[in-house]
Amino acid sequence: MAKVGAPEKMIEHGKRMDGRTLEQFRPLVAEAGFLEKACGSGRFEFANTKAIAAVYGPRKVHPRHMMQPQRAILRCKYNMAPFSTGERSRPGHSRRSIEISKVITEALNSSMFLEDNPKSAIDAFIEIIQADASTRCAGLNAVSLALADAGIPMKDLVSSCSVGKVDGKIVLDVAGLEDNFGDVDIAIATFGGSDKVVLLQLDGIMTIGEFHKALDLGVKGCSEIHALQKETLRKKYAVNLGGEE
Amino acid sequence: MEIQDRYIKKSMEDNKVRLDGRALDEFREVKIETNVVTSAEGSARVKLGNSLVIAGVKMDVMTPYPDTPDEGNLIVDAELLPIASPDFEPGPPSESAIEIARVVDRGIRECKAIDMEKLCIKPKEKVWAVHIDIHALDHDGNLMDACGLAAIAALLTARIPDYDEKNEKIVKETPFEKRKKLPVKDVPVPVTVSKIGGVLLLDASLEEEEAREAQITVTTMKSGELCAMQKAGSGFLTVDEIKRAVELSIAKGKELRELLP
Repeated sequence: MAKVGAPEKMIEHGKRMDGRTLEQFRPLVAEAGFLEKACGSGRFEFANTKAIAAVYGPRKVHPRHMMQPQRAILRCKYNMAPFSTGERSRPGHSRRSIEISKVITEALNSSMFLEDNPKSAIDAFIEIIQADASTRCAGLNAVSLALADAGIPMKDLVSSCSVGKVDGKIVLDVAGLEDNFGDVDIAIATFGGSDKVVLLQLDGIMTIGEFHKALDLGVKGCSEIHALQKETLRKKYAVNLGGEE
Repeated sequence: MEIQDRYIKKSMEDNKVRLDGRALDEFREVKIETNVVTSAEGSARVKLGNSLVIAGVKMDVMTPYPDTPDEGNLIVDAELLPIASPDFEPGPPSESAIEIARVVDRGIRECKAIDMEKLCIKPKEKVWAVHIDIHALDHDGNLMDACGLAAIAALLTARIPDYDEKNEKIVKETPFEKRKKLPVKDVPVPVTVSKIGGVLLLDASLEEEEAREAQITVTTMKSGELCAMQKAGSGFLTVDEIKRAVELSIAKGKELRELLP
């Protein structure tokens, strides 16, 4: 038996349920530096998936046994607001959020110059305000902006998006019912808009050929996100050196 | 430790030679024993070189979830016991334990390895819940693959206990051999590929795991299709490396599947 509530068709004439083509993002929003107290902050939205992130540090490490003599430690915490989902999600850590926090931290680790700030901690907090699939991708994009906004030295930005298999077709940026009833969901993140993959998670059945196609599409999607992140930071921090607007 | 890490990395970069002399795609000896715990519905002990894990299946009856009213449920837990390593601490499951449990869970769940519809006792009211608990007993690297193998081996030998519907109780009257087998349709096998000094290798030992830049676990099905994937570690993998890792995992997954009951 199919899952309760599954739509008959999610793709018709090359168009998805929300009118997008197969390789099109939902409307994207990116912003840096909108919180007052945090050292850096970022916002990233894939339409109804809305994430914000704040960064504190480098600062003292608590608990102290986590301190590393040679480098700073990066700690990302992913959290979903209880009102972010259809049914209220229980506040606090879940096994899911612990796993996501781990893979997001690992995705960012190599993009930073952690050895520049030994014995300190950089804490990054991600809050999902509204969830409509691909929340870890939005969170990672937001936190990457927040780290840059905090002025923490980075080699480059990390950019993330999702790819899926829906009605047998490979699609970019999984959303809504596609997430619940699609065949495959892949989260992917790359470093500096390149083909260096720092996060990859796949759930669902696909052939190796389909996977290659999905991976290539995801890497391309991440490079588009990377361009948007760079543009966002440039707009915020570009200094007008006088002359005409 | 750092000196060892650097040595392993350099040895990979220069000559692609492993500390223990294994070929890059060579596993340590794999030993799988099943039905090692009689109190469990199914169980397996997996030895991967000097890594040792044990998995047990227990079943109980629960109310189904509203979106799957006629299907049973799967719950996977993993514990990295302090018995297994000086680095493991007592207390709630660590990040790594949670990651292992969730990757093993997705491998089994996504390929629909268990025929969940056959685990329905009464739609909307009662279904079987299948709990897999995996305990690491000795950690010498690659616990992910060891845990994945133990979980599927335990499932493949599990049998469903009797259920007394009138008294709503699980009774184990039928002798074990005569009970119905747990309906298992597919055999997902996770294979973890590690990248050290830019070189891809399988079944990393503990020393290699500590030196590795990144790793990717690819779970494949009987058909050779993919059903789950998880990249871990702070380094990156290029698109080309990922594609090669997937090929390595498919080939080795096929080999390992032969060892299962």
